[in-house]
Amino acid sequence: MSITRDIERYAGLFAARTKVMTSSTMRDLMAITARPEVISLAGGLPDTSTFPPDTFAAVTQRIATESCAKALQYGPTDGLEGTKDCIAQVMGAEDMQVDPEDMVVTSGGQQVIDLVAKTLIDPGDVVIAEGPTYPGAVPTFSSYQADVVQIDMDADGMRVDLLEAQLERLEREGRRPKFIYTVPTFQNPAGVTMSAPRRRRLVEVAHERELLVLEDNPYGLLRYEGDRLPPIYALDGGVYVMYLGTFSKILSPGIRLGWAMDPPPVLERINLGKQAADLCTSTLSQLMVQAYFAQGRWRDYVESLTELYRDRRDTMLDALAEHFPPQAEWTRPGGGLFIWVTLPDFIDTTDLLARALRENVAFVPGEAAYLDGRGRSSMRLNFSGCADDELREGIRRIGEVITEQVALYGTLTGEESRRPAAAGGPSEVPGAQVLPMPSRAERERRATP
Amino acid sequence: MSRVAVLKGGRSLERQVSLRSGARVQDALERLGHEVVAIDAGTDLIRLLWDAAPEVAFVAMHGRDGEDGTVQELLEILGIPYTGSGVLACIRAMDKVLAKHLMLETGIPTPEFFAFNETAFRQLGAADALQAIEERLDFPIVVKPAGQGSALGIKFAAAAADVPGALVAAFSYDDKVLLERHVAGRDLAVSILDGEPLPVVEAVPQGEDFYDFESRYEIGRTSFVCPAELPAGAGERAHELALRTYRLLGCYGFARVDLMLDEGGELYVLEANPIPGLTETSLLPQAAEAAGTGFDELVGRILDLAFSRLATP
Repeated sequence: MSITRDIERYAGLFAARTKVMTSSTMRDLMAITARPEVISLAGGLPDTSTFPPDTFAAVTQRIATESCAKALQYGPTDGLEGTKDCIAQVMGAEDMQVDPEDMVVTSGGQQVIDLVAKTLIDPGDVVIAEGPTYPGAVPTFSSYQADVVQIDMDADGMRVDLLEAQLERLEREGRRPKFIYTVPTFQNPAGVTMSAPRRRRLVEVAHERELLVLEDNPYGLLRYEGDRLPPIYALDGGVYVMYLGTFSKILSPGIRLGWAMDPPPVLERINLGKQAADLCTSTLSQLMVQAYFAQGRWRDYVESLTELYRDRRDTMLDALAEHFPPQAEWTRPGGGLFIWVTLPDFIDTTDLLARALRENVAFVPGEAAYLDGRGRSSMRLNFSGCADDELREGIRRIGEVITEQVALYGTLTGEESRRPAAAGGPSEVPGAQVLPMPSRAERERRATP
Repeated sequence: MSRVAVLKGGRSLERQVSLRSGARVQDALERLGHEVVAIDAGTDLIRLLWDAAPEVAFVAMHGRDGEDGTVQELLEILGIPYTGSGVLACIRAMDKVLAKHLMLETGIPTPEFFAFNETAFRQLGAADALQAIEERLDFPIVVKPAGQGSALGIKFAAAAADVPGALVAAFSYDDKVLLERHVAGRDLAVSILDGEPLPVVEAVPQGEDFYDFESRYEIGRTSFVCPAELPAGAGERAHELALRTYRLLGCYGFARVDLMLDEGGELYVLEANPIPGLTETSLLPQAAEAAGTGFDELVGRILDLAFSRLATP
């Protein structure tokens, strides 16, 4: 057993794709966010303590009684029919009518990203993503050696005009992106939602240029306000848009169940990749979902989560307004799990995390959401995984260290540091700091007098 | 054969490196036939040490707590012999400002520097002195937290406008920071085992003409040459300076001293690390290997020295 730890015995065997691209500093820091005394706003965890244990017991009892042998057996690679019916219900709740033939049940949504990348990307191929993008997709794209081009966002999601300009540029270079990866609704990490006109334009662009889009939609049903927007998949009808769904945020991440909808020729390849990866998705997990859906109350549970997370979002937004200095800006998500905060350029959030960890609080530094070193003054905050008092205390501690750094910078540059919101009391104009995510252009405009 | 507690992990920012160092030390100790108890240093450290009742502790912790004298002090209180430097040497070495002042005093060349704590800026108007400092040191200037063992928080200010941001970043890691004249040249490290210098290791940044400060510290972006190919006399001089630093700080058992060799052939000592990394890519094990001392033998000797310190008061 001893020799297995000696990396040099194996180092020469590792594939180039294993060289992940996150900075070693951040890896070291993130590793200590898991300490129990740390209030972690870094995760993306749903609050599974809200799931009724009685329901869990009833579900497992029913499987044991009615389908024990089946639950313990392999299943079809693309998933059980009964699971697909449940998925059709979930997608129906967002007004998508689907054909189970176009569906594959996967081991979580993450497997969809992996399978799509595996199916479409050769080393050096271009993938388009939002900037910032889902931090969990970063190592996946890196491991397939994709050249990821990130498109800036604003309060209305991905700037499709910038996307088009980028596509023009790539075309001139003779490069055709393999797919466009987007989380259009309550984006992870930015918390913003792509507007309806941009969704329509994105679908037009995909059709005009014959480009695939991967729509990642884990949070669509976790809407806390406003009207539902049509998923891009629904606008396109499944021609160029691939869809990624998951039970992780509406039921449980522990059961590892997700799905993909793909055009049939793509689906065929994805199924081959899936077969090579794990033969089939856990039959036991699929039967648990089926038994749970048979009770007919899954939407009630989603509704209860929505109410809980709405309150937590409000708690975090209130705490941000109270404790963060006026130089900070953040998004105001209408759903989902995350708020994206942007600080003045002179604060590096990876270094700030080191300082925050001394106060036993953690967040995700913005650089985790970029593959090109940007995002260094931003951070992702999660509000679903902690109770209200922890959220408030966590934000208070982060606010304190930011305020400290802003004041120090003011002292160092000789600028009169602008007075932060009075500590301990609500800011004078509630909500005044709740700004839409600034686009780069807006930032530059504001920076130049 | 002894009952050895391997202390690793802890709350430091270098926890991950320490876990790797510790795991490797455990394996080596087991191969050497010792009975090993691994302890991830946390709030129950003392209780775990009482329960384990080891004959000796192998401290494989880096950075805060493990390398700054804190754990050494606790082991002194418990009366458990331990590997490596004692409390005073750890305090001196981990505080780069203190170490550099001691070097200056004894004529060991170290890059010119100025150090401040946050109070100086917040309450004594030290910001007004920045311009004078910048004139004295010339750009680029290196900004470092005083008490961080690894490259964490080290920033490179190419111009005056970069200095405030670099200071804010460095203060994220420590209440005291130093601004240091940047020595352009070759990165050298001299490891010392039982008072004897090991072959010099040179860290060579990858990439052709592009000289990038960060690349020195990013894994995979730096390659190591050991023994380093140096101009005549430079290796001996590096050995001499490293050994003088080791003795000056009162290090014991082992340590690693980092130096720069500038374009004019001058050597400067940057810092000393009382518990350098012991992972598969770390410099001390590489240097020992180059001197014909394998990892198991290295670990065995470090352990033996913990006992012989007891014999020599």
